[in-house]
Amino acid sequence: MVAYLLRRLGQSLLAVIAMAVLVFLGVYAIGNPVDILINPEATERQRLEIMERMGLDRPLWEQFWVYFGNLLQGDFGRSFVYGESAMSVILQRLPATMELALFALVLAIVLGVPLGVIAGLKPDTVGGRSIMAGSILGFSLPNFWQGLMMILIFAVFLGWLPAGGRGQTTEFLGMRVSFLNLDGLKHMILPAINLALFKMALVIRLARAGTREVMMQDYIKFARAKGLSHRRVVLVHVLKNIMIPVVTILGLELGSMIAFAVVTETVFAWPGMGKLLIDSINRLDRPVIVAYLMLIVFLFVLINFLVDLLYSVLDPRVRLAQRGTQ
Amino acid sequence: MPNTSSRAFLMSASAALALTAGAVSADTLRIGLASEPTSVDPHYHNLGPNNALARHIFTPLIEQDAQQLLNPGLATEWEAVDDTTWRLTLREGVTFSNGAPFTARDVIYTICRIPLVPDAPSPFTLYTRAIAGLEAEDDHTLIVTTDGPAPLLPNQLATFGIISASVSGAEDEVSFDTDGCTGIGDAPASAEFNDPAFAIGTGPYTLDAYIRGEELRLTRNDNYYGDAPAWEQIVMRPLTNAGARVAALLAGDVQMIENPPTQDIARIEGDGFVISSGLSNRVIYIALDQGDAPTPGIAGDTNPLQDARVREALALAIDREAIQQRLMLGLSEPAGELLPAPMFGTNPDRPAIPYDAERARELLADAGYPDGFQIVLGTPNDRYINDGAISQAVAQMWTQVGVQTEVDAKTFSAFIADRNGFNFSAFLAGWGAGTGEMSSPLGALVATRDPDRSLGGTNFARHSNPDIDDRLVEALQTVDDAERERLLREASAIAMDTFAIVPIHYELTTWALAPGLEYEARADQYTLGFAVTQAD
Repeated sequence: MVAYLLRRLGQSLLAVIAMAVLVFLGVYAIGNPVDILINPEATERQRLEIMERMGLDRPLWEQFWVYFGNLLQGDFGRSFVYGESAMSVILQRLPATMELALFALVLAIVLGVPLGVIAGLKPDTVGGRSIMAGSILGFSLPNFWQGLMMILIFAVFLGWLPAGGRGQTTEFLGMRVSFLNLDGLKHMILPAINLALFKMALVIRLARAGTREVMMQDYIKFARAKGLSHRRVVLVHVLKNIMIPVVTILGLELGSMIAFAVVTETVFAWPGMGKLLIDSINRLDRPVIVAYLMLIVFLFVLINFLVDLLYSVLDPRVRLAQRGTQ
Repeated sequence: MPNTSSRAFLMSASAALALTAGAVSADTLRIGLASEPTSVDPHYHNLGPNNALARHIFTPLIEQDAQQLLNPGLATEWEAVDDTTWRLTLREGVTFSNGAPFTARDVIYTICRIPLVPDAPSPFTLYTRAIAGLEAEDDHTLIVTTDGPAPLLPNQLATFGIISASVSGAEDEVSFDTDGCTGIGDAPASAEFNDPAFAIGTGPYTLDAYIRGEELRLTRNDNYYGDAPAWEQIVMRPLTNAGARVAALLAGDVQMIENPPTQDIARIEGDGFVISSGLSNRVIYIALDQGDAPTPGIAGDTNPLQDARVREALALAIDREAIQQRLMLGLSEPAGELLPAPMFGTNPDRPAIPYDAERARELLADAGYPDGFQIVLGTPNDRYINDGAISQAVAQMWTQVGVQTEVDAKTFSAFIADRNGFNFSAFLAGWGAGTGEMSSPLGALVATRDPDRSLGGTNFARHSNPDIDDRLVEALQTVDDAERERLLREASAIAMDTFAIVPIHYELTTWALAPGLEYEARADQYTLGFAVTQAD
């Protein structure tokens, strides 16, 4: 297990470094952040002063060297735009994104798995067919369009829910969160559904396919023959066996929901990290972009690792195999 | 279906937590901003959104009204004693929001602090560099000396708010020196201003909370010396996506938004909302590279753009009214100068450049290009209102008179890198005159490039005409308003007559408001919540 962990860590460190180098060079190639940040009326001398202060007057290799030197000491640099530590600018936004992604994940699982199982158990009924038809819609309608339509219907026409923003927040474990008060929840519902719809469609398909396959298995027939109730057969034997692919996919999707919820965050003006990334790219705020992407790579690695651990909980064979390799 | 379950979830959650939503009170004005201020510090980033926010909390010595004309602020009077000395009379009886009195010491401290703001991406030193000396005659009289005549000093003093010396940690005696002030203690970092206890000013509002990316809450300052604004609270939310902004307004989440997209305005108005729009100080122009041949966007080893007739032809080939009617849906005004009349230094009787394709073809033939030439027009596509579409239209109009035009549209960050590297023979851009008078666009866009005199900083067309330079330099040394305006008018007329630059239109800035609200459109494009009133 330790060897496995170390290997994982080494691989992800490589990924982080390669990505940081690419992004650093890429952003450098686009242009000079000072030209965007500075007031156009500023003088040439002022412009040079600011470039010098930000270290942008030095040759690329030197900027690179300084940046990575600082990085090794845990310093991610200061945002060009906000003048504060890049990592703290990002971490201020992290709770909002995490909250939204987790809420969406819960929605996708809580609604998606049962619907998928129902569609799998009764594939030829009206209910089963309509669930599948719905999931195709969830797949094929563009995310931003769904978001705009939901705003139009629920916020503009019906006026039930707010059109965007985060609403009231409550202090929880030192973070500000929305899910602990009514106003915050109201603001979270539409963006969370928007973010969850695609994942839900995915879960429905996986759960349905899994259910249909598992229902044919001998152990299900055996369980039936043993006289177990239909309820117990479905809730224990079927559900547990279809969860492996669902967990794998959702693990990966959670990563992308956290990192790239950009569309949803933009449409609903949700103050998360994705929006920060887009703003930073527009302003060429290199320290924030690089730090953000490094954080995301780290998150992906972490999530993948947790998914691996979950496998072994769900499937005893994975545990045995790992013991065998040690 | 998801909705019903969420509603059930909601109701149980509300029962469990027994919390009520923050009621929208009639005393609260909620505003959706198109772009977010980067800091509450009024001296950190010289940029529209930051300056507009700062006006709520900090007052400048001199205020600018909606047309950017100067009005008394913390200074009630200002006069030029001689060419390099100004006497400012400060308003008496003003207190900061923490109750401390406002005196000349706060002004001296503020001007001392401006060059010391750490990491400022766009400092205000631009507006304080002319100041050579500051002397407080008494608590409410300030003598300002400048190195050389500085006629724009009042305009420059209108650009930044005054902060409290005591709250910022200054000593009792603060004295000014260009080489470094004394008695100012450690200049505070910008981030400190994001804390309401530190953001102490004399403005109509005080900071309640600043949550980056999410919300800015302001509360009415009862110590404010001016008329009390209508709103107890102002909440500003960054809604950078235009669609989200319009939706928030239509859904009643906010009562006011900045820059509704042109194509949505008819719909917003149709729903009973109020549209307020007015001329901004921003001109959209096309710059034509007049540097030595070869020029990057034109094939061959000559540069036809050095010939004023070619530039005139390109200017006449643009149908400004069509652009105004079809693309801007009326939200622009065809331009004949770089600043709209009646702003300072404009020639009010000068019409917009007319559309005359016939004459354009003649001029091209006279200049030796009867068959035209090929050119690339660079443009940003996400910076100015409909910028990409305007460039496409211009390209078609130029092609119609024989100048084969190809559009090179890019996102602003990539565009500006190319432009500043002189990679365009022709490019479309915009210029907002921060000082609200003609020396700003002329000095930046048309004057010969000269870093030592701080002129021509954005003159990427490499235009150079001593007749314009001389008048401009003289104007910048002339304290007498009438004489300065005459010089600026002449300089502007010469620039327009020689087609040094090709203006297209002035942008109209637009706000959309909930029914029953009123806002006077501002030329500086600032959104000032305290100036929003309820119609009777």
